[in-house]
Amino acid sequence: MTECLKIENLYKIFARSPDQAMQMLAAGSNKDEVLAKTGAVVGLNNVTLSVPAGAIYMIMGLSGSGKSTLARCINRLNEPSSGKIILDGEDLVPINEERLREIRRTRISMVFQHFALLPNKRVIENTEFGLKLRGVPLQERRRRAEEVLSVVGLARWAYHFPHELSGGMRQRVGLARALATDADVLIMDEAFSALDPLIRTEMQEELLRLQRTFRKTILFITHDFQEALKLGTRIAIMSEGELVREGTPQQIVLEPGSDYVAAFTREIDRSRLFDARSIMTTARGIAQTSMGGVSEKFPPTGEPAFVVDTDNRILGALSAADQRMVNAGTSPGSLLSSDYIAVPANAKLVDVARVFRTGQPMAVVDENGKLIGTLGAEQILSRIAATSSPQPSSLGDQNV
Amino acid sequence: MFDAEDLYIFPVDVWIQDGVEWLALNLRPIFLAIKWPVETLLSFNDYVLHEIPFPVFVILIALLAYRLASRGIALFSALALIAIAFMGVWSEAMTTLSLITTAILICTIIGVPIGILCARSDSVWNIVRPVLDVMQTTPTFVYLVPVVMLFGVGTVPGEVAVVTAAAPPLIRFTNIGIRMVEKEMVEAGLAFGANNRQLLWEIQLPLAIPTILGGLNQTVLTAMVMSVVVAMIGAEGLGLVVLQGLGRLDVGRAAVGGIAIVLLAMMLDRITQKMAQPRDVKAKSWFRSLLALLQIGRVEQLPVPTGRSAV
Repeated sequence: MTECLKIENLYKIFARSPDQAMQMLAAGSNKDEVLAKTGAVVGLNNVTLSVPAGAIYMIMGLSGSGKSTLARCINRLNEPSSGKIILDGEDLVPINEERLREIRRTRISMVFQHFALLPNKRVIENTEFGLKLRGVPLQERRRRAEEVLSVVGLARWAYHFPHELSGGMRQRVGLARALATDADVLIMDEAFSALDPLIRTEMQEELLRLQRTFRKTILFITHDFQEALKLGTRIAIMSEGELVREGTPQQIVLEPGSDYVAAFTREIDRSRLFDARSIMTTARGIAQTSMGGVSEKFPPTGEPAFVVDTDNRILGALSAADQRMVNAGTSPGSLLSSDYIAVPANAKLVDVARVFRTGQPMAVVDENGKLIGTLGAEQILSRIAATSSPQPSSLGDQNV
Repeated sequence: MFDAEDLYIFPVDVWIQDGVEWLALNLRPIFLAIKWPVETLLSFNDYVLHEIPFPVFVILIALLAYRLASRGIALFSALALIAIAFMGVWSEAMTTLSLITTAILICTIIGVPIGILCARSDSVWNIVRPVLDVMQTTPTFVYLVPVVMLFGVGTVPGEVAVVTAAAPPLIRFTNIGIRMVEKEMVEAGLAFGANNRQLLWEIQLPLAIPTILGGLNQTVLTAMVMSVVVAMIGAEGLGLVVLQGLGRLDVGRAAVGGIAIVLLAMMLDRITQKMAQPRDVKAKSWFRSLLALLQIGRVEQLPVPTGRSAV
């Protein structure tokens, strides 16, 4: 994974002269002490993180945690007090106005919580806004804007005004405006927070769909942990201006690391977050030889085991008793049972649990149908046990 | 001993008298330089307004009112102008109107840029604000004193007084309009790489226009009031009609002047007030406006895009 954006030891202090506050922070004082002593508000306290190219990087935190400050520092809508913001090797903190405008016009674009569309301009004029600022000629930027609008499904609305559009559609325009500049870094500041829940879900799907095509590096600010889990390749959790936890959604749910983070993860439906691969016991099948026998003896585990062909595809299951007979020299052919369940490695636990039957061994297979592991009831249960969600999750009808 | 009359020790009147005399003597070129463009613009406007034939002028104003405001206001404007002509004060009304239009032009040229400067810099605003406060709390009557001392008497010094009195609201509203533009809008401009000029022209000014037009409405009304008051320093127009009526105890004459002033003021107020309100798309060309205006009783339907579909 290549790094696109790196933030090193970033501080943001809201004060006339942040020096004293910086010294106090360096000496180990916390945010409240600095505020009491100097009156300076610490926005960001020594934040270091790195965003891989092409990731949806979620910055999550409650209000006042510094998540928006962090995002706004990246395109310097907020001036960092100290630290480095490195975009493809270039530190953005010391660059001059002109270079900053250049970066904002071509490298980093932004989507706003309340859309920030110009009410006096038509949808297409809003979409081409960034290109206009850059000085792209009218016809060219119109063409580009039309292209992007049709990508977000708003081609028909190009010549309407924003006030004629619904909230979700307006944010699509916001997204189109950000995509139109071809910037490779996209800052989305609570982009879906102002939308009602159904539209928000729809926009999340839309973003994931667009991301499969565009592969932007997205910094997504949110206060909604569910949203962070759904969209995020990685999640950074902020509190009091500090980065308190960083990792993949699964890592964070498994090891919150602090009560603050654990509070978010408690309500999470783990059965929809984790897949079969994350909890399976790695196992290999015992291969059947061309003679009809087996290549090696079954280890005496007392568990059902699988017999596979030379391509590692499952031929059948053997109970512990049958394994002893095969170990004793019987050909497995007639003993092989098809009374087993195979689930794909990327199947979510909610679906795995649905097809689970007592007494049927469960195999985990990869995308080519090859056996890579086994699953037992206790593994599934122990992973989803921490779920304290009071409502039983509703199951769909889809097959795994 | 404690009689207030005995406490007179500061001869402020004398100081000011001396000060203004000194200004008038020593800074005369400056005041002439200020007077010249005002005089030129005023005499041009006055000439044009008096030269336009009465029926043409009524139609033009009605059209303007229709485009900027509504059909009702267009009709009212036409009737008001005709009534003024019927009362025999058409020429005076045109003189007053030229005072006002000139004031609007000069106030816009000076006021909007000052307002923009104030909005962009707190230190400029901190200097300008107290000046505006003083200007707006000073009774219009009091303006006349320094104006007479520095510019003399007549219509042109009157115009200077009108402009001075009418500019503050426009400066204030321009400043407020720009400052009130949502932070997120400004951030959107910055985030997409707008420079200062682009930020002003693409975002701040367009979004501040309704507020600025509200200020313009205030400016027009102040100019209207002031254009009457300046009759006392010899400016011509409807104010002079009232003043003469009062002087000769000719109640009828004074009332005619008063009615004409009220009609003119209502007309200008309605038109400029409507300008400040956001409205739907209007007729595209002046010709269509004319047609639409003449089809009295039939509201013009324009294809305004409506409806919404699932995306």
